[in-house]
Amino acid sequence: MFRRCRIILLVTALAAFLPAPAQAPPAPAPAPKFVVVLDAAHGGDDLGARLGNQSEKDYTLALSVKLRSLLVARGIAVVTTRESGADLDADRRAEIANRANAAACLNLHAALVSSTSGPAVHLFISSLPPAADARFPPLRPRLFEPPVAGDPGFVPWRTAQSAWIRRSTELAGVLNSALLHAGITVTLGQTALPAIDSMACPAVAVEIAPQRQTDAASADDAGFEAKVAEALAAALVEWRADGGQFGERRP
Amino acid sequence: MIPRHQTVLFVILLLASVIMGAVLWNQLRGAHERLLRGQDSAPTQAPLVAPAEQATLMVANDADNSVEPRILTLPLPQNPEARARAVLGKLLDLYAAPDAAHPVPGGANSIAQVFLVPIAEGSGKASPTSPQLAVVNLTGAFAAGHPSGLETETLTILSICATLNANLPRVTEVRFLVDGQTRAKLAGHADLTRTYLAAEAVPRP
Repeated sequence: MFRRCRIILLVTALAAFLPAPAQAPPAPAPAPKFVVVLDAAHGGDDLGARLGNQSEKDYTLALSVKLRSLLVARGIAVVTTRESGADLDADRRAEIANRANAAACLNLHAALVSSTSGPAVHLFISSLPPAADARFPPLRPRLFEPPVAGDPGFVPWRTAQSAWIRRSTELAGVLNSALLHAGITVTLGQTALPAIDSMACPAVAVEIAPQRQTDAASADDAGFEAKVAEALAAALVEWRADGGQFGERRP
Repeated sequence: MIPRHQTVLFVILLLASVIMGAVLWNQLRGAHERLLRGQDSAPTQAPLVAPAEQATLMVANDADNSVEPRILTLPLPQNPEARARAVLGKLLDLYAAPDAAHPVPGGANSIAQVFLVPIAEGSGKASPTSPQLAVVNLTGAFAAGHPSGLETETLTILSICATLNANLPRVTEVRFLVDGQTRAKLAGHADLTRTYLAAEAVPRP
């Protein structure tokens, strides 16, 4: 009995010192898919602004459908946050964008242009401070190991966008260039918008301000909307060539 | 036959009645004229209850999404909360003007109150020089009448925060209420639930 136990212990001890079988080299990670999230603002009872006889929620949904068609035709995968008039809260919109691992997220808005300015597109990024000012230090992948360089670490949900401010600014720059190239007036700014503050991807709020909608101007407005959609699609193609959400390196 | 003394008494009373009626009529006319003169001299401008001082208003412009300083001379009260309300009232008066670059109806009456609350520092106690949180209580009519749009709402919020910081440097944070209650958004877009940092309110290009 004792001999059998000793043999078992000996075999176990030998097995512990034997080299482990060579592991197969890890398969190369597949290239991340370039996905664009189109978030048509408002919905449900939340009509948004009034644009003549149309509500902002319908305008942004129509723009989202049009832009999706243009992007799909250019080989870009698109995820939309809503396909109907239903309402979504800001958390659900961010959840969809974050699950899609989006390379870019456009939060679409529309408003009537004021009497003192012409038709224009307003681009906004989040007003959150960049990740360098975040409260939480980067997480360590293993105990006693240094944090990964460039890893934003743990980021609270409400301020997830803070780690992506740099790339969001660059995305706004690409959109700005494409819109200006199309002859469209553009303004740039920062805003506090819960829908994009929780997104962990380059995110820009795009507000389209067409002419005041009258019967005479409706045809011009449709042309302006189409021109804006074409310019945004061209910008996202350029953004894909620029490296998408990570660019040359992670934020 | 009426006795003579009664006739004399009747005539005297009649004369007294006529004289009293004439005096009352004259007094009535005089009072009416005084009333009219009083209406003519009614003040058309609010009386100056405080000395005029220079105030910096951070005025928004929809055309280029900018907030630019404009220096005006205004009667400003010494009380910081009244002073904050006065400068914000003037700012919203500019927006309510017909040719405003950032048109928003409402005017000065849209600011119901401004409260200044000291922010406790590291020791946990607020000192007379501690930074302050400004709580701006807007009227429901202002929120209901504000044009809906990401740019216009953002500019209103940023210009209010920047104006407070420009005139009351101790104000570092700003929160908003509407009719004394918290409200999610101003007119469907701008977030009113967060605390804004006044020093960072001016949008960076």
